[in-house]
Amino acid sequence: MQLLRDNLNIDFMGRLRAALAVSVVLLIVSIGAVVVRGFNWGLEFTGGIVAELEFENDVELENVRSTLTAAGFDQALVQSFGTASQVLVRLPPVETSDEADAIVDDVLSALRAAGNEVRLVEPPEFIGSQVGADLAEQGSLAMLFASIMIFIYVMLRFRWKFALGALVTLVHDVIVTIGVFALFQFTVDLSVLAAVLAVIGYSLNDTVVIYDRIRENFRFMRRGTTAEIVNVSLNQTLSRTIMTSLTTLLVLFALLFLAGDTLFGFSIALIVGVVVGTYSSIFISGGAMLYLNVLPSDLVPPKREEVDSLP
Amino acid sequence: MNRYPTWVNVLVLVICVAGVILALPNFFGDDPALHVTEADGSPVAAATVEQIESTLRDARIEYLSATIEDNAALVRFPTVESQLRANDVLRDALPNNVIALTLAPRTPPLLAALGLKPMALGLDLRGGVHFLYQVDIGAAIEQLLSSYESDIRTQLREANIRGSVRAERDRVVVTLANASDVDRAADLVRRLDESTQITLTERLLVERTTVDGRPTLIVRPSQQLITERQEFAIQQNTTTIRNRVNALGVSEPVVQRQGLDRILVQLPGIQDPAQAERVLGATATLEFRLVDYENDLFDAAQRQRSPIGSELLRCADSIANSPYCAPGPDGNYYTLLRREVIASGDMLTDATPGYSQGTPAVNVRLNAQGGRRMLTATQQNLNRPMAVLMIEEMPRIVERGGEQVIQTDRQERVINIATIRGVFSTNFEITGLTPFEAQDLALLLRSGALATPIFKIEERTIGPSLGQDNIERGRRAVIVGFLLVVAFMIVVYRSFGVIANIALLANLVLLVALMSLLQAALTLPGIAGIVLTLGMAVDANVLIYERIREELRNGNSPQASIRAGYEKAFSSIADGQITTLIAGLVLLAFGTGPIKGFAVTLCLGIVTSMFTGILVTRVIVNLVYGGRAQLRHLPIGGRVSSATA
Repeated sequence: MQLLRDNLNIDFMGRLRAALAVSVVLLIVSIGAVVVRGFNWGLEFTGGIVAELEFENDVELENVRSTLTAAGFDQALVQSFGTASQVLVRLPPVETSDEADAIVDDVLSALRAAGNEVRLVEPPEFIGSQVGADLAEQGSLAMLFASIMIFIYVMLRFRWKFALGALVTLVHDVIVTIGVFALFQFTVDLSVLAAVLAVIGYSLNDTVVIYDRIRENFRFMRRGTTAEIVNVSLNQTLSRTIMTSLTTLLVLFALLFLAGDTLFGFSIALIVGVVVGTYSSIFISGGAMLYLNVLPSDLVPPKREEVDSLP
Repeated sequence: MNRYPTWVNVLVLVICVAGVILALPNFFGDDPALHVTEADGSPVAAATVEQIESTLRDARIEYLSATIEDNAALVRFPTVESQLRANDVLRDALPNNVIALTLAPRTPPLLAALGLKPMALGLDLRGGVHFLYQVDIGAAIEQLLSSYESDIRTQLREANIRGSVRAERDRVVVTLANASDVDRAADLVRRLDESTQITLTERLLVERTTVDGRPTLIVRPSQQLITERQEFAIQQNTTTIRNRVNALGVSEPVVQRQGLDRILVQLPGIQDPAQAERVLGATATLEFRLVDYENDLFDAAQRQRSPIGSELLRCADSIANSPYCAPGPDGNYYTLLRREVIASGDMLTDATPGYSQGTPAVNVRLNAQGGRRMLTATQQNLNRPMAVLMIEEMPRIVERGGEQVIQTDRQERVINIATIRGVFSTNFEITGLTPFEAQDLALLLRSGALATPIFKIEERTIGPSLGQDNIERGRRAVIVGFLLVVAFMIVVYRSFGVIANIALLANLVLLVALMSLLQAALTLPGIAGIVLTLGMAVDANVLIYERIREELRNGNSPQASIRAGYEKAFSSIADGQITTLIAGLVLLAFGTGPIKGFAVTLCLGIVTSMFTGILVTRVIVNLVYGGRAQLRHLPIGGRVSSATA
């Protein structure tokens, strides 16, 4: 089976304006969502106490909330999980686990005083506030560090215009991916952070393959404008770009549907990242070449002139 | 013609076969099991296994086997339910044993004998408790300063220098009454340091100033000393926790330093964090006592009786070969100590490993009170043996008449016996140790007296069924993801797709083999990394195949197209994978716990997929198509190939 027609010649660069408009909208929405709505940080980042409670009978979340507010736990987050008699209570972090245990005891006695038969499903989970702050710092550092390393690598292999193009692309992909999390308020936990770093790797993978082809074509097609060469390169790599995105999406959907809630955020982040990455590797990476006006002189001279042995 | 030299084909085959063998133990699965050890760390006796078996039979709980492995009893069960029921029953029947839930791999004896193991499972897949402790390194420095404060005060008093000494946040301030004393006092402070440590750099920085018109010395520990002390505090806590975790008898516990000042503790199979924490939270004290060398030690040890005025106490394993230890009827070693305590842990101000006249030693410092008592004791007992006794108290919850009560287990061990070689008071050395023993003894002494406070800042429990669920879900995602990619590749690339799929399978096998070999913990995100690798691994083949199709479209012969496809795609593959590898390595460096698991599988997956995607497929393509000179059609899918046919 062939996904695409032979000798495809889509004028990607001619549609650059439209694509840029799309990207600008995506970025504005993403950044807006991050600024306005912020992130729904997971427990690992905020720190806090999570207690899973099981009631004798089905309970109204509203009742649990009002009981806890009346008992002074006005910052308690009450959610249902599992069945109608199971409730998850999330409380702000404290310094040590002894304090946490005391607070959970208080919560239980407040609920019991209100006439509920209630017990803990599992021992409460506790993460100190400092741990989360450190994690967030480490995560941002990791992303910054990865971007710099990749920039340096692409610079060594392709020179700075390509490196800049790759960097713009990956920043675009990361912003849109985290924008989706802010917009839909999906929980951002540690695995999402890992997924975003994987998106950086993936987005670059696509971009680099295209740049590789652009570099090759600059050598072979001595004539032709930058736009033409970029266009030809994009068309030549298009079926590969789509194939790889499809196989990756296939496994990601397997993860999303089969691996359970723990990996929900991870799968979503990568699915968004792969879709956006596929689009941006074509339009943003390619577009950057045009705007930076890449010329054959911008290439690293090939180490050895490859002699084609073909007839 | 497309041919590889024979050695390349053989090498690829050997690597793949080795991968299959290494990955093999993973295909036999695990049995839910209980891991039973003696609370005091001694080997489990055959009688205990018999007791376990009869208890299980009486309770009508089905079990697969009960054996002794590595000094512990291992009982395998057919289901998690029977494992959990047995856990409850055995806890009552064997109150003196430590019982932990575990997963016992069903590795066949042949593979086990070769030392092959299945992948190590992380806590999120096995179940267990997870603690993160923060070491209060600020307190370690405070302790250091206050010990200097009291030392300087003693020294000044002994030298008849009038003045006041007080410890401030990061320094000790010595205010002197007479300006004429400044030189002498500064000298005393400097010598105070030299008496216990011989180092080239200055460890104490002494600054002379005048505060409110009074001559003053400001004493500051050097940065090196501070760093050393903080490191020591963390190490000491890690050692203490590790010793206590080992006493818990959990299989494959993790006690690991994390970051600058944190200690990660993971106890697989433990389901009650409170119980684990009580053991970890045990307190220890120590006593310096004289050895009773007058009464018959052998007789006392054999009959387990203490003569009047003495006490029969167990020797730690590390000193069992001392002449002052004798075997008891239970195989443990014992010694006799006098009942009077010379000095106790609260009088200890410092204990550091170091060197004395070229041999390893532990430098011990006592406060003034301890020093006075030590002086009297050493004057009267020159050349006689003195012992250090360590007393650990662990609160434990026991069932008594249906009520849960807290009972304190007291464990006493003699951890060192040394001969008194001189008269000393506040400062002395314990010698005759290996460097390792000196380090250990210093840690033990400090943990018995000067433990730097730690706080638990994270606590999590993963239930045994959740772990099983995670494994099951992960396995399903891997299988379904794999099959989807396989089907897709066959539809798009036909026969070449089959070759890519063989490589994909080889990739999966090699990845599992590497994970088993490295014994890096597999976590749920780690499984996600494997699944992701499956999707991205075929990228190399997609790049190559698309290139081959292109070459065919350009009218090149099949053989030339194969060669050109592999050659021209290589730089794209390498560049693309290296960028992903960079992201993976950054994750590996920054990530902890489950994220590290993801980074490990992602990075290993990139390496294995480069090998299988390029080399393994090429070997197969060469073997199948490379030898045919008259090849006119490549079954690589797409209209191109059929047009060429």
